Amino acid sequence: MSAAFEPSRESSLSRNPVRLYTPPASFGGRLWGWRYLILRRVTQIGILLMFFGTLHWGWQFMGAPLLRGNLSASEFIGIVPLADPFAVLQQLVSGHWLHTTVLLGAAILLLFYVIAGRVFCAWVCPMNMVTDLAGWLRSKLGMNDLFRLSRSTRYWILVMALVLSAVMGVAAFEWVSPISMLHREIIYGIGLGLTAALGIFILDLLILKHGWCGHLCPLGAFFGLLGMKAWLRVRFDDRSCTHCGECARVCPEPHVLNLRKAAEKGRVDFGECTNCARCIPICPEDSLDLAWRWSVHPAPQTSNPNPTVRNVK
Amino acid sequence: MDSKRRQFLQKTVQGAAVAACGGLVWAHLLRQEAAASVLALRPPGALAEVDFAAACIKCGQCAQACPYDTLRMARAEETVPIGTPYFIPRAIPCYMCTDIPCVPACPTGALDPQLKDISKARMGLAVIDAESCLSWQGLRCEVCYRVCPVKGDAISIQNHPRKTSKHALFVPIVHSEACTGCGMCEDACPTEEAAIRVINPKLVQGRIGSHYRLGWKSDTPITQEFKPTELPSTPSAPMPVEAPAPKTAPGMDTLNQGIEP
Repeated sequence: MSAAFEPSRESSLSRNPVRLYTPPASFGGRLWGWRYLILRRVTQIGILLMFFGTLHWGWQFMGAPLLRGNLSASEFIGIVPLADPFAVLQQLVSGHWLHTTVLLGAAILLLFYVIAGRVFCAWVCPMNMVTDLAGWLRSKLGMNDLFRLSRSTRYWILVMALVLSAVMGVAAFEWVSPISMLHREIIYGIGLGLTAALGIFILDLLILKHGWCGHLCPLGAFFGLLGMKAWLRVRFDDRSCTHCGECARVCPEPHVLNLRKAAEKGRVDFGECTNCARCIPICPEDSLDLAWRWSVHPAPQTSNPNPTVRNVK
Repeated sequence: MDSKRRQFLQKTVQGAAVAACGGLVWAHLLRQEAAASVLALRPPGALAEVDFAAACIKCGQCAQACPYDTLRMARAEETVPIGTPYFIPRAIPCYMCTDIPCVPACPTGALDPQLKDISKARMGLAVIDAESCLSWQGLRCEVCYRVCPVKGDAISIQNHPRKTSKHALFVPIVHSEACTGCGMCEDACPTEEAAIRVINPKLVQGRIGSHYRLGWKSDTPITQEFKPTELPSTPSAPMPVEAPAPKTAPGMDTLNQGIEP
């Protein structure tokens, strides 16, 4: 637990006693606790399935192909173009002007992720299933990190991707992206590209916790930057929070759960938050929830754990 | 210099060094991949390879639009830049649909929507290996000529009369100005390994250069009398050299005539 979660001495006295998360006894209760996990898997697999079904089983919607292409660029029900804004940005930086279709597709998704935050990573990206599995196994094994790596490494890789795109004249990350290899090979046929996913699995399992998504992936970094002012946020209720730290334990980006900041704003206000909602069912006090940015009202400042913060505006 | 500032500067330099090392490795990977692109046969209307590499977003919508499953998406283990569409004629050639469905499916313009006439497509160039071509050995094959969708223009049959004990050679000749590179000839070629293959024209096509004057093609006082009776088409492989000089002009021999009589 980092310093951000440690309650200051004075405030912990005024708080309710700390209770830790206990999984519900009934299966239904557990299932309810997994609601966001199940929803995330449904959207992740569902989107891949729509691509796969359209290609291999001819799925249609009113006579038009349901979802043609892959996560890099696609066409939904024969009209709506969609495109990965990061891939398009790299292509534009490489000095090649693109057609309106793909620019429009990128603009649509850009707008979506500006509103919804970094949801691509937790709700769409197929690599998330690989890294989640690695993370789950890692927690069972109790592995320690081999080395420390700054979480800002990904922003350097993001910059490097754009610089190399400009220098080399091709979309630098797209040409080596393990994510693109993964969804392309799931949709168009399995090949050696899956070794990249295997490499990430091993990295996350044995070498560095959340190594890929939390430290290296420039696509995640890009969506994190897009989602800095996202409308969809995790709401935080400081009055009920006991600072038990359960949320930070399951969070893949634990630094976003800076409760002092969250109390001030009434929400988890970091672009790096993927809105994965792991923290919501685990919270024993129901202090966290998904909400629209404008429906959030910060808690009265009296309950602010750090009295010095109160006066800083 | 105080130690904090020194530390900061050191960290910055070290960070830049790591970034530079990583960038060099990354750039090397990109170069390696891009180098393979010359081996790939692209869909109709594909831009010149450098532009295509920049514009293709690797979404595979062209491959999905192809009714014959000709187009495939390159996998990591193949010697084609990863994720880009290409085809292998000997597996499934391009059947040259007149409505060219793959081109409008491309969202980025890597396949040029200006291409409306499929016979204007230039996916590659058919090249004949005369050493294994049945027709060049003296058999009557001509399968490539028959299956060619631009029959007569892209592949023509030339007959070369030989000595009286042998019948004439009927050899296929590819004409680069009409060949679309669809690969139907390669797919149909009956030899064990195709004797006619479609490859990137860059790998085989030469260029004469403007400094050479083909005197017999232009009318100058010196050259007009040296015109050969009929100029042979250029075959795409060396031919047997064994011919007496024709009668038309001194200096005309097999080098500029090229026909085994």
